[in-house]
Parts: sequence; C-alpha cells; structure tokens
Amino acid sequence: MIAEGLIALVGAGVLLAVAIAVPWLKFVLTIALAKGIAVLGILLLLRAGQVSFGHAMFLATGAYTVAFLAPAMPEALLLIPLGGLFAGLLGLLVGLFVVRYRDIFFGMLNLAISMVLYSLLEKLYHLTKGTDGIRVARATYAGFDLPRETQEWLMFAIALGLAALFGTLVAAYLRSPMGRALAGIKTRETRLEFLGVSARRVLLFAYVASAVMGGIAGTLVALTTRHVTPLLGYWTSSGELVFIAILGGAGSAVGAFLGAVAFELVRVYAAASVADAWQMILGGVLLLVILFAPGGLWGILAGRLKVRA
Amino acid sequence: MSAPLLSARGLKLAFGGVKAADGIDLDVMPGEFLAIIGPNGAGKTTFINMTTGYLKPQGGRIEFAGEPILGLSPRAIVRRGIGRSFQLPQLFTEHTVIENAALALAAHAGIWSPFVPLLRPGYRAAAERLLDRFGIAHLTETRADALNEGARKLADIAMAVALEPRLLLMDEPTSGVAATEKMQVVETLVRVLRAEGVTAVFVEHDMEVVARFADRVAVWSQGRIAALGPPEQVLNDPAVLRDVIGIAGHA
Repeated sequence: MIAEGLIALVGAGVLLAVAIAVPWLKFVLTIALAKGIAVLGILLLLRAGQVSFGHAMFLATGAYTVAFLAPAMPEALLLIPLGGLFAGLLGLLVGLFVVRYRDIFFGMLNLAISMVLYSLLEKLYHLTKGTDGIRVARATYAGFDLPRETQEWLMFAIALGLAALFGTLVAAYLRSPMGRALAGIKTRETRLEFLGVSARRVLLFAYVASAVMGGIAGTLVALTTRHVTPLLGYWTSSGELVFIAILGGAGSAVGAFLGAVAFELVRVYAAASVADAWQMILGGVLLLVILFAPGGLWGILAGRLKVRA
Repeated sequence: MSAPLLSARGLKLAFGGVKAADGIDLDVMPGEFLAIIGPNGAGKTTFINMTTGYLKPQGGRIEFAGEPILGLSPRAIVRRGIGRSFQLPQLFTEHTVIENAALALAAHAGIWSPFVPLLRPGYRAAAERLLDRFGIAHLTETRADALNEGARKLADIAMAVALEPRLLLMDEPTSGVAATEKMQVVETLVRVLRAEGVTAVFVEHDMEVVARFADRVAVWSQGRIAALGPPEQVLNDPAVLRDVIGIAGHA
C-alpha cells in the first residue's frame, strides 16, 4: 500500500507539472481525474466480478444536479457533495434491485435503467432542454467569484484532491473485511452466505459507494465543461468508464487514474491527428492491453516496479 | 437423557421421481460424532442441504436446540449455531489462507468497518491461532487455490469453526484427500472439534474413518435411514454390509 501511495504521489506531481507546462491540458486532466473517480466505482464492482454498463447514469445525475441547482445556489463546494448525495440516493434505489442479479443480468439491468434516465433527460425538454443540454451557471468558490483562469486551476486542484481522497478510501476499503468480502462474491458467494454474511448487502454498499463517486465525477465534469447534455448518461459513456477501468487495470485504485489520463490524452491527440479514426486507435489500444497486458497499465507499471498488482 | 441438539422428523424431498429424502427421522445428541454413510445418490448431502437451509424440504420439520429452523435462510441458520463444510471446499480462491480465516472471524464478530484492514495485528494473530489449531499455520500466505486437497479441507472446516458452531455438518471431509494424509486430516479436525465441544455430523465413504471416529452411524439408502447405531453394530450388520457398504466401499 505504501508503494501504491508513493506511485500515486509521483503521478499527482507529474500531472501538476504537465498542467503548469502545458496550461491548456489542465482542462483535459481535470476531466480525466473526474472520470478516474467514476472509474474507481467501476473498479469496486469489478472486484465482485460484476460489470455495470450503465454507470454513466450516476455521472449524469451529478452533472444535472449542478446544472439544475447552480442558478439558485452557485456555490461549488456545496454543489459537489450534493451531486454525490443525489447520485448515492439513486444508487441506493437502483442498487436494491440490481444487486439481486449477477453477471450479464446485472450488466444489462444497469444498462436498461441508465437508458431510461437518458430518455427522460432527452424527452423532458421543458426541464432539461433535451439534447441541447443546459449551460451551467457560473459557480462561486467559498463565496468568491473567481476569474476564469483561477477557476480552472481551482477545479484542477479540487479534482486532484478528490481523486486522492477517493483513491485512498477505495484502497483502504479493498483491504477491509468488507472489501475482501466483496472480492469473495466473485469467487465463492455461497461461502459468504454460510459465513452468515449477506452478499447482497456487501454488493449494495459497493454499489452505492460507486454511485456516489460517479455523482461526484459528474459534478466535476459539469463545473469544468459548464455544459451538460444527456450524452453524459448515454450507454457509450458507461462503456467508456468500463473501457478506462480495463485500460488502467482493476488491480489498484491508481489504475483508474492511469487509465483515465491515458484515455483522455490518447483521445485528444488521436482526435487532433486523425479526426476520423480516433475511436479506432482507442479500440486498438484496448485490444493490445487485453491481449498483452491483462493487468492493464497498472499491471505493467506494478510489474516494472515490482509492486504487488 | 438429554434433549437432542438437532431433531429431524418426516423430512421429504424429491427431485422429479427421485426421492432424496423419504421420511427422514433423526436425532443428533449433544457432543456426539454421527457419521452418515451410504451409496452416492442416497440423499446424504440433501440432508445437510436441508438442515442448513440450502434446500427446502417438501414435508417434515427440523428443530435445532428445540427451535424450528425450517424455512430459515442459510445465513439465519448459521447465526443460530449450525456450521457446514463442503465436499468441494468453498474457499475464497483469490485470497490467501489467512485472509480466508480472518474473513470468517470478522464475519462472526460482525466487524464490517470498510476502512480498517482485515489483517490488522489483532485479527492476524487470531487467524494465525485458528490455522495453527488445524496444523496449517505454515500456509498462511499461500493462495487458497494453490493448496493441496487435505489443506483445502482443513481450511474449509477452519472457516466453519471460526463461527463457533454448536453443530458442524461436514460433507465428505476426506474425499479427494491423499490416502497418506487422510487419517492425519481426520485426527486433526476431530481433535479440534472435541476440544471445542462441537457436535458433528459427517458424510463419509471411508469405513475405517467411520469405525474409528464416529459415535454412531446412520446408513442412508434411497432417501431413508436403513440402519442407525454404534459403528461396531451397524458396520457388522449383514444387510448393511451387503446392500450399502459393498456399494459405498466402491463409490
């Protein structure tokens, strides 16, 4: 865990240096950190052997919380936890249903429910402005209305701080009895029941935690891009989170951020150089990772540094 | 005479036309070691599955310590003091042996903090003590899927014992264990269970193990109990020898 922490610290330092050296990249890196936080939630579910193809619904919940509440209450330091709270409540509601199912049924039910939310965001035009989306009102930070440049730096710092916070919490959780029981769902769910433990409750805790992280990520995306659309909750966005989780590697919380940063950078540079084929490049990268580095980018890094992946 | 710890009456369960339990009546007395023998398909594992809430009988009743337990979930039954081990050990294969043991101890203690390490010093020591009693303390850091069958069986039973059960149901604790290790495995677990005062019911195909360690033997045949009594009596019964042991011995 100490080695993992050191790698995370070095990684944070590198991100900060890149953001200083190439200022326009801090927008991309803030989005990457936000997505990394959402991917931490996917990672939790992967530990239980479950894949959610609908987790973008929580990201969209967080983002729309900001969009709806910002005009009346523009304080970012309140909007961020509120987005997490609403996503967590939705996670509890959906989770009570989906944790009864496993494998393909779990994945597809998440997808189906997320598409219901997507449709609502798209169709309830008078509330959501449909596919046009909502322009997010300018936020204040601890009551201060900051200039744009300062605001961008602050969002980067908040994203980095929250990434460190949730990364640490997830790493601790995965080592706790609850986290080890979560991994037990993947291998021997029957044994958990015969230990007197409710596998559903163990999975529900992880599910709600993952929803909260998805919601927080959504608030960061909304506050950074200042424009939310239903696309944030579309199934391709959910697939993107799973993509990043596999790319980064499910073996460590650091993997989520490695994957997210790599994904966003490849996307930006691939889109700039081969505008029509950037998705193919991303697909190729994922294929290479699956074939030659099943532990993802974290697996490669941990192998090189001799850290237990 | 003391009251039975487990009492089953008229248990019935059929899978299609196959009667896995056809009116099972059985009392298990506190502190005894009861062996269940019989050919494959006789309904031995079905009895364990019904008693632990994994299968629901179509008729009959089961009482544990005087309380009805029929219809309760496996979790609720475990919490009342009935543990079980499995013919195919149900270990968390991605975890190490000590993590398996510590998880069982945590489950029993109801400690589910999501932010405290499973293997914090106090827990590690308790898990090591548990594994030491089963003679597998040297395997603490081995992943469960890398164990040999004897160690897997002992780890599986250790996890059940971590819950401090009053009654332990063991499904073929020696199946798959190398002949050279078999007696050592049974001696180890019997020593621990006797020391803990755990009542045990175990399904077994090895008659030498049954003769040596069982206080009573129940002979299962086509969902019924064909004979019940001390091993020296049951294992010398000509009908049992002919109809059951002859088959079971080759199962």
